[in-house]
Amino acid sequence: MALPPYIGPLGHAWHYLFLTICAAVFLFLIAPILVIVPLSFNAEPYFTFSQDMLALKPDAYSLRWYQDIIDNRQWLQSAKNSIIIAVFATSLATILGTVAALGLSRSYMPFRRVTMAVLISPMIVPIIISAAGMFFFYSKLGLAQTLPGLILAHTALGTPFVVITVTATLVGFDQTLVRAAAGLGAPPSRTFFKITMPLILPGVISGGLFAFITSFDEVVVVFFLAGFEQRTIPRQMWAGIREQISPTILAVATLLVFFSIMLLTAIELLRRRNERMRGLSPG
Amino acid sequence: MKPMFKVSAVAAIGAAALGLATATPALAGEITVVSWGGAYTQSQIKAYHRPWEKLTGNTVNSEDYSGGLAEIRAQVEAGNVTWDVIDFETRDAVRACDEGLVVPLDHSIWPPAPDGTPATEDFIEGTLIDCAVASIVWSTIIAYDETNPVFKDEKPTTILDFFDTKKFPGRRALRKVPALNLEWALMADGVPNDKIYETLSTPEGVDRAFAKLDTIKDDVLWWEAGAQPPQMLADGEAIMVSAYNGRIFNAQNLENKPFVIIWDGQIWDLDFYGIVKGTKKLDLALDYLKFVTDTQRNADQAKYISYGPVRKSSMALVSTHAETGIDMKPHMPTAPENFKNALFNSFEFWADHSDELNERFNAWLAK
Amino acid sequence: MAIADATVQGITVDGVPLKDKLRRATRTSRVRAFLLVTPLLLFITVSFVLPIADMLFRSVDNPRISSLLPETVAALEQWDGKKLPDEAAFAALAKELKLRREDRNLGKAATRLNYERGGMRSLITKSARKLKRVERGPYKEAMVEIDEKWGQRETWAAIKLIGKRYTLVHYLAGVDRRFDADGNVVTQPEVRRIYITIWGRTLWVSLLVTAFCLLLGYPIAYLLATLPLRQSNLLMIMVLLPFWTSLLVRTTTWIVLLQSNGVINDILVWVGILSDEGRIRMIYNMTGTLIAMTQILLPFMVLPLYSVMKTISPSSMRAAQSLGANPFTAFVRIYMPQTVPGVGAGSLLVFIVSVGYYITPALVGGSTGQLISNFIAYHMKSSLNWGLAAALGAILLAGVLAIYWLYDRVVGIDNMKLG
Repeated sequence: MALPPYIGPLGHAWHYLFLTICAAVFLFLIAPILVIVPLSFNAEPYFTFSQDMLALKPDAYSLRWYQDIIDNRQWLQSAKNSIIIAVFATSLATILGTVAALGLSRSYMPFRRVTMAVLISPMIVPIIISAAGMFFFYSKLGLAQTLPGLILAHTALGTPFVVITVTATLVGFDQTLVRAAAGLGAPPSRTFFKITMPLILPGVISGGLFAFITSFDEVVVVFFLAGFEQRTIPRQMWAGIREQISPTILAVATLLVFFSIMLLTAIELLRRRNERMRGLSPG
Repeated sequence: MKPMFKVSAVAAIGAAALGLATATPALAGEITVVSWGGAYTQSQIKAYHRPWEKLTGNTVNSEDYSGGLAEIRAQVEAGNVTWDVIDFETRDAVRACDEGLVVPLDHSIWPPAPDGTPATEDFIEGTLIDCAVASIVWSTIIAYDETNPVFKDEKPTTILDFFDTKKFPGRRALRKVPALNLEWALMADGVPNDKIYETLSTPEGVDRAFAKLDTIKDDVLWWEAGAQPPQMLADGEAIMVSAYNGRIFNAQNLENKPFVIIWDGQIWDLDFYGIVKGTKKLDLALDYLKFVTDTQRNADQAKYISYGPVRKSSMALVSTHAETGIDMKPHMPTAPENFKNALFNSFEFWADHSDELNERFNAWLAK
Repeated sequence: MAIADATVQGITVDGVPLKDKLRRATRTSRVRAFLLVTPLLLFITVSFVLPIADMLFRSVDNPRISSLLPETVAALEQWDGKKLPDEAAFAALAKELKLRREDRNLGKAATRLNYERGGMRSLITKSARKLKRVERGPYKEAMVEIDEKWGQRETWAAIKLIGKRYTLVHYLAGVDRRFDADGNVVTQPEVRRIYITIWGRTLWVSLLVTAFCLLLGYPIAYLLATLPLRQSNLLMIMVLLPFWTSLLVRTTTWIVLLQSNGVINDILVWVGILSDEGRIRMIYNMTGTLIAMTQILLPFMVLPLYSVMKTISPSSMRAAQSLGANPFTAFVRIYMPQTVPGVGAGSLLVFIVSVGYYITPALVGGSTGQLISNFIAYHMKSSLNWGLAAALGAILLAGVLAIYWLYDRVVGIDNMKLG
């Protein structure tokens, strides 16, 4: 950020103070996440940097906590559950949400405001209330403590994100393209797959990623609905933090951080592609 | 050719019979036993589940929970019971029975003692209640880490020391429920053990207990899961903790932690087995309970964790720890040396008063 | 004239007035649009809206005593509560207690009554046991003899209150109020008051977290909005990475950093600012909740701020300065007013999310950092007072919907931006 020439010495002082404050805030945001990465390689079962670690002695570092994850049936089982639930919930949420967004963004959509409010309610209602409600209702239907029950619950929680992102993509969508295709004799399905789909795809994918991370990171509903057999990674972490906080959790946390970096990269690439396609930014 | 045919026919019948025999285990049942997790569940798996599976060909699914009746109530209300046998804390057992969440048990069906004494006389008094049968005696004690610099000059020996923040400054950890903490507060305030529940039944007694807790409130960390207190000692988050004696035994002997148990003022309690109402596996569940309530079995759990048996005939059978060979008798809550100033947790009192005292305790905590 | 009329009305080739044809086409389009939304609408209704409605119904639904002790409840209907009820009520209760003891439903009635009045459980079970020997009336004397509590009108008032098929007791309890023996709404006794404190604390924590997020988020959003794209994209990752990182991971990191033997205390001791005994307690209390929640919710503030600031042209500031305003005045008078929509959006978003926060307070809040969600969970999981949990949930939901309505008015749902 270049300073304009007419700023005096006081302005300079302000400017540097401002930059220092910003640096501190960025540190506050990111440092906690970075601290756990080296700690997860600690050879000792503690959460602090030992003298040897600071001296960078190789003995002080080990992969034993990662080995622990692989050896532990519960972690593997919960990873499996997390993936199954997230994949199914994401697919369902993406399909239902995209179709609904297509309807919502038509100018003829009746009761638009009310419908929108109902559709995004899972995002607004505090999660504890959603979880409690689902606990009673799903128990009655025999869906509590089953994977399908959790998948349905997570689908409901994930759809608002798909609806919002896809609707946002459709705001900039030129409806004349569809009309032109129809005018040229293309059947609606062909119009959809050839014209609409490619244009809204980035929105669909980023909505899907949101739905995925919502399910993958969700713990409160799991806390109420899942039995021991359906525990997911966050639920297992919760138990770990609550009951026996071992460095294994830090190892899991580190893996999850890398996982989020991957997701973030995917989102960023999508965003750029989207902007390029619409000519909104030079790329 | 004929004899040949005969032989093969016999072989065929034999094979069919064999097939039937091998098919039996496939028809064998599966029950879900729900317990508290960690070392405790491990001891049940080794002492009860595995031997029963071996004997009957059935399977036991072991699930963990953290107490409470929420899941069980939801399952029974919905008519969708997936848990069969539950390991209950006393107050939950009484309440589950009150609410009709567990089936009533006829205690005369448990196996008699080796000398023929019927089970109803062999179980210690108070260990057979309407819908549940006790499995172990356990105890909540105070423990500390003797290498902590706070204890350089003097070691704590009584409940009074736990409440003495001048002599032993630092954070203490207690379970985040009123039960036991109020009892200890009264003990530390000079109420003799046999008057504790009588005092707590009066509004003045409750005020007195809370007033005593007030004196250490700022120094207390509250734990909710049994695995937390040993961890808090190990991390140095707390200098003294209330904990289940078995967890501290494991930390001392399996993880070589320098922890010491203060047996003075221990509050002993029972754990119960109950069968969830509406289970589709009632017969299997009863069969499992008949197996685990047997004299030898009841003593076996003590090979893996320092919780004591509830049958008189089992007491003498308590031997050594399966992995370390430590003599388990002195580590039992009921060992005479440890039992001198012990209090029995009155579940009758808590079944009656836990609603109002929980409410008051939460209000007190939030202030 | 006729020609002009035909032009105004418009007739299509097949002779149908254009207006009608258009209306029909519009209706088809409306139906088509709605059909696209229907699957999701149905799904959300069944899997989400119904469960919540079902739970909210539990906050007033109170079937247990009215179905287990129907005659007693009926007999108490006419009772004015001034003196003890008459013999008929005693007789009805005695009869029903015996019946419930036989069909093993006594405990259910006893537990429900115990929520309202401590000691009712043992009173009921004891009385039912002893009443077995009382063959005939008058039951009044017999029952008072069994326990003097039957001679107190508060005991009966509790039965009458809990005997109502639908009740408001849970809502009253949720704001530290109750019905007294005369049916008036009164404040709970001092030692039982808790929820007003917790509601207050929840609001206060949410306000503080919102304020902290605004204070910390404003400068960095400004920096991001004014830096060249390439640099700001790089810094943006530092905002987005926490946003995409698991909540449990971020909570864990704060435990690692803040605990007594944690990284921060270790550093402070090592540098010599603290003595080994003087380690600061930064976690398992309100401080822990505040620090962790601020860091976790900060991206929710930065992102809306950033998207508003991005649209503000820097030239207005330059214009003000060239007209003689000093940079500070220019910033406060010209720039800040233009960011108000972003401040509003970010603050409301952070506030809505904080009010319902559960995980982080539960893990790092200790006993002084618990919010209302934690108490809802407590009544769901531990105390099993599901009616109270539902009532607390309903109050919380009403509050959140009110803020959300405000958000919709100020920002508009359609303008909600993600990531």
